[in-house]
Amino acid sequence: MKKNIKVFGTGCPKCKTTYNNVLEALKLSGMEADVIKVEDIQEMMNYNILSTPVLMIDEVAKIKGRAPSVNEIRELLLES
Amino acid sequence: MFNWLQYFADWLIYSVFSVSDQSHLGQALNFFVFDTLKIFLLLFVITTVMGIVNSYFPVDKVRNFLSRNKMYGLEYLFASSFGVITPFCSCSSVPLFIGFVKGGIPLGMTFTYLITAPLVNEVAIAIFAGTFGFKVTALYVGTGIILGILGGFTLGQLKLEKHLTPWVQNIIIHAQTEEELLEDKLGIWQRMPSILKEAFSIVKGVSPYIIIGIAIGGLMHGFLPTGFFEQYINKGQWYAVPLAVIMGVPMYSNAAGVIPVVQVLVAKGVPLGTAIAFMMGVIGLSLPEAMLLKKVMNTKLIAIYFGTIAFFMMLSGYLFNIIL
Repeated sequence: MKKNIKVFGTGCPKCKTTYNNVLEALKLSGMEADVIKVEDIQEMMNYNILSTPVLMIDEVAKIKGRAPSVNEIRELLLES
Repeated sequence: MFNWLQYFADWLIYSVFSVSDQSHLGQALNFFVFDTLKIFLLLFVITTVMGIVNSYFPVDKVRNFLSRNKMYGLEYLFASSFGVITPFCSCSSVPLFIGFVKGGIPLGMTFTYLITAPLVNEVAIAIFAGTFGFKVTALYVGTGIILGILGGFTLGQLKLEKHLTPWVQNIIIHAQTEEELLEDKLGIWQRMPSILKEAFSIVKGVSPYIIIGIAIGGLMHGFLPTGFFEQYINKGQWYAVPLAVIMGVPMYSNAAGVIPVVQVLVAKGVPLGTAIAFMMGVIGLSLPEAMLLKKVMNTKLIAIYFGTIAFFMMLSGYLFNIIL
């Protein structure tokens, strides 16, 4: 099934790193997913986000407040 | 505690590279090697320890704790102390601000947390400890916590809610205590890899600034005479402290590099209180943060917020100049 990935961030360097790493991880693992970058604060608040960046896979927050590496994201994609 | 590192630096510069310990170059190089190693060691240890604490006590828990417990003023102390143990990036300040007020945490306490979190962070603590020693670091951390409490409390008394953007005011009206969080049931050994990875990436991120800062510091250390700056900056000038705080604000991103340089300034005669005020301005107040906060408050409130913090920073600068 196609996964739904959301990256929440206010545009800080860490958030950009996270977004790029997600794209890289998807490319390496050959998986398909809808990747959405959420930059709007009001929408972020609907998800109760306190520290950015947040990586959400299928509506579950996997990483909060730090930029995960490409490998880490790959593992998260495989296990979820 | 760091004698062995000093022996190593002495051995490396004076024996291996056979630079004379009497020469300016020798002293500058020795200072550079010793300080770089010491700061990186401390930085790695402290970011790891903070990482462990934070893994068990993330900011969501802080928010829920503050939202549920009303302790007649003591909660300001908690808010400020939590600011020390949780890592903070200025890009998180807006979601954090909203998240706090949404959980029914009073505006003053939210400000307390927002003041202390950037001001007393793991990188600043490590570099302070590495350059100024543990006594000055404790003083800095203590002042940071008190400053957060006083600043937040003062702002809380001013009834500033009307200066928030309308949608934030709306959130405050519908604020409610947060529910329980789902907890990670991971053991410490399962958490360690990601904690170490994060610590490593923090160290990596600030390392260029630290190395440049120490290199400049090393040069000044080796080539400028003791007491050099005393003729320019001393305790007698009333305007030195305010000027120091204001000059510090635009230097935010280089906090890691600024501290090693300031340490040498102090060694060469700049009063410590003035130096601490300057570094608080560098670390605690940043223009990018002000720009981000525009999304939740109007310009007037940002000015009041920064003005209040700057006022307390200056106050502590004067205070240290008197008592130290």
